[in-house]
Amino acid sequence: MQNQQEINRLKSIVQSLLDEAKQQGATAAEAGLSQENGLSVSARLGEVETIEHHCDQGLGITVYFGQRKGSASTSDLSPASIKETVSAACSIARYTSEDSYAGLPEKALLATEFPDLDLNHPWDIGVDGAIALAIECEDAARQYHEEITNSEGATVNTHQGIHVMGNSLGFLQGYISTRHSLSCSVLAQRDDSMQRDYWYSVSRNALNLESAADIGTKAAERALRRLAGRTLSTRQCPVLYSAEVASGLLASFIGAISGGSLYRKSSFLLDALGSQVFPEFMHIYEQPHLLAALGSAAYDGEGVATKTRDLVSGGVLQSYVLSSYSARKLGLQSTGNAGGVRNLTVTPGALDFTDLLRQMDTGLLVTELMGQGVNMVTGDYSRGAAGFWVERGEIQYPVEEITIAGNLKDIYKNLLAVGNDVDYRGNIRTGSILVEQMSIAGE
Amino acid sequence: MELLNLARQTILTPYGIQDGDIEKIMNRLLSSPVDAADIYFQSSHSESWVMEGGIIKEGSHSIEQGAGVRAVSGEKTGFAYSDRIELSVLLEAANNVKAIVRQGQDAHVGLVQAANRQQFYPVANPLKSLADQEKIDLLRKVESETRQLDPRIEEVIVSLSGGHESILVANQDGSLAADIRPLVRMNVTVIVVENGKREQGSMGGGGRSDYRYFVEQDRGLAYGKEAVRQALVNLDAEEAPAGNMTVVLGSGWPGILLHEAIGHGLEGDFNRKGTSAFSGRVGERVASDLCTVVDDGTLPGRRGSLSIDDEGTPTEQTVLIENGILKGYMQDKLNARLMGVKPTGNGRRESYASLPMPRMTNTYMLPGSHNPEDIIKSVKKGLYAKNFAGGQVDITSGKFVFSASEAYLIENGKITRAVKGATLIGNGPDVLTKVSMVGNDLELDSGVGTCGKDGQSVPVGVGQPTLKIDGLTVGGTSV
Repeated sequence: MQNQQEINRLKSIVQSLLDEAKQQGATAAEAGLSQENGLSVSARLGEVETIEHHCDQGLGITVYFGQRKGSASTSDLSPASIKETVSAACSIARYTSEDSYAGLPEKALLATEFPDLDLNHPWDIGVDGAIALAIECEDAARQYHEEITNSEGATVNTHQGIHVMGNSLGFLQGYISTRHSLSCSVLAQRDDSMQRDYWYSVSRNALNLESAADIGTKAAERALRRLAGRTLSTRQCPVLYSAEVASGLLASFIGAISGGSLYRKSSFLLDALGSQVFPEFMHIYEQPHLLAALGSAAYDGEGVATKTRDLVSGGVLQSYVLSSYSARKLGLQSTGNAGGVRNLTVTPGALDFTDLLRQMDTGLLVTELMGQGVNMVTGDYSRGAAGFWVERGEIQYPVEEITIAGNLKDIYKNLLAVGNDVDYRGNIRTGSILVEQMSIAGE
Repeated sequence: MELLNLARQTILTPYGIQDGDIEKIMNRLLSSPVDAADIYFQSSHSESWVMEGGIIKEGSHSIEQGAGVRAVSGEKTGFAYSDRIELSVLLEAANNVKAIVRQGQDAHVGLVQAANRQQFYPVANPLKSLADQEKIDLLRKVESETRQLDPRIEEVIVSLSGGHESILVANQDGSLAADIRPLVRMNVTVIVVENGKREQGSMGGGGRSDYRYFVEQDRGLAYGKEAVRQALVNLDAEEAPAGNMTVVLGSGWPGILLHEAIGHGLEGDFNRKGTSAFSGRVGERVASDLCTVVDDGTLPGRRGSLSIDDEGTPTEQTVLIENGILKGYMQDKLNARLMGVKPTGNGRRESYASLPMPRMTNTYMLPGSHNPEDIIKSVKKGLYAKNFAGGQVDITSGKFVFSASEAYLIENGKITRAVKGATLIGNGPDVLTKVSMVGNDLELDSGVGTCGKDGQSVPVGVGQPTLKIDGLTVGGTSV
């Protein structure tokens, strides 16, 4: 009830922005407003370290004068500031060029159904409750083993946000969502080797978070297992990306089939629609209407209806990832992806993590990647890595200070398997991924 | 003091906030026995323009303003902020954050002006340094002249952005300090194509200056030329080598090595907590005696420079490594107090909505005595890495990466073939001990660096002379 009133209040501000834009001569306009409140509490070495009260708001508007466009944003929601912000956007539109592809989405594509996606689950934990939970989590990690010698602490985060958007085609919608997380990062030390690792859980609903004890224990186990890492000699070998880093391979894929990279011709997957990008067993799809999921939304950043749809089936690229603008540039229709993909899912295979290790037999298990060494124009890939050397399907020892390299086109074509050990903590949901062969550089 | 009054007029006057109101908020904070407290007011205006596909495609303007209130007791910090600069809101925020300390006491403080501080950049608003039409003309000129440089150019994207930020920070000792910071940036990206093969090149620059910087000395066009040169070099690049080898790093932006490999590891917070691979190593050798590395926030007009940091501390030149010996860390007030040292002017925050932390400003290595040509000549087989993209470090294990975007093979003392970009990986505490030659050609980067830490981004600078490192792992595909 109170929520609905607040959404309505923000909707009326967005409407006043759109009205003001019209007043100032804009032929079309689109505006968004968000307001977020939250609490972040961290504890370190058994005591509270920081208490942060978050309170953010911001609004943005894009105006069109025919095919010319201007944008402006502000964190000040006062009527005077709204007027000024609209003026700033209109003033910019005097200098931008006619762009025949610019403009609002086609009205027929705008979302008309707004199912309750179960995204709002406030967590009434309070400062004292959050301190206690953070301490419990960190204690679990510190007490796990005597080689856990130091800590970066544990953090409880809880946020609630209202997001409203509207355009001059009559679209005006808003929703409330929550996001809560608990994380822990600790250090392990043995002789000269010092390693840090972490674990976290994140959810729309605090009841679905992993327990503080489990998060602390996993953080400790992960830090300990990295101790006394070695480098490898330079070689070629199979690589198993653990689920928590496998999502990065998919993120590069999405970048390469996104409208912006395609119309700029800065993608290694130009003209790949309808071609075999992955092996036949790969099925990749979007599930924007999953209940209570982190990436769920009924409409995209422009108000276009989101849909459950295949991006890859039988390993063949079925669709690009497009906003209205990039779709027009490519002579296609928006796919409802202004702002990106939502709950991108790789259909899990039959093998669990242990089976994947056995299938790889001898090779590198990667659990951490460093740096941004991906050339999106060519697909050339070279990143820092850490993980474990595997022989006969068994983990042998930790490895660090190595790089893994290849070309993403080859890496995608030569995937051998996707595991069923899906990591649900992000907007990309995939199990571990086994790659046939990559170049390892080390000592 | 004119600067302070300018900042007051920009941030406080529009909201009717007087010095007396700041005293009220501070006294509310100090009614608990805190060790430190501050109130940070910020107002910033920024804009960006993008030319792409031969048209002025995007333009945007943004206003960000607000205040953050912090109380610190021992190692505990309470923090709240608001984008509403109103007395009642900030008093409520003060109530929330002082709850970090349980018992109360009485305190009173009156505001005094902080001592005058030398300014390292102009206060004028860079957004107004050119008329909007002149900004558009500049973009068009750079775009069209770049496009004509080579028939293989398929696309040119030019962006221009600027910001004008005013800050006021009141401390628990009653001092009130202000800073007004301009920042401008221009970038040119080109895509070239030859026989169906595509490559990209990118170059940009800027600093705490105004838009005329890009007109002077034709800097904007120079970025275009450099972007085209890099893209064309990469069209012909072969597979990069893989393995451990001698690496010669070019001068300037390759100084990102120092930022990642040692800079982050020398930030005070990690060292106070003992989580850095450099913790407890002051006085020890961490580099060859050819290496002296400083962090310097006082370089006029540089992207990473600040007259005062975000806690009101004057910036300085801090010696991090002198002739190979670790001399000290970069500090904010909290970590300096807890470690019993002086703050070094490195307390920075992304905005009023974030807590300050020890951060770098401009980090660079002082020049040595070798001619860069002699350094190349001394290498029988290795890699010459001239340009880099980003990097990352794990400050606990010390492992760092940085990605070359332009590199060449060195064979028998000569630069021979161009090779594709590759990630280089090493161990921070070791890498500088392998520096065997340092060039006499110190250069600072062109003004493009942005550093991320705990989700907060701040502008930084890096620099170095040409360096020879006897052994670094190069992550290519050619075994």
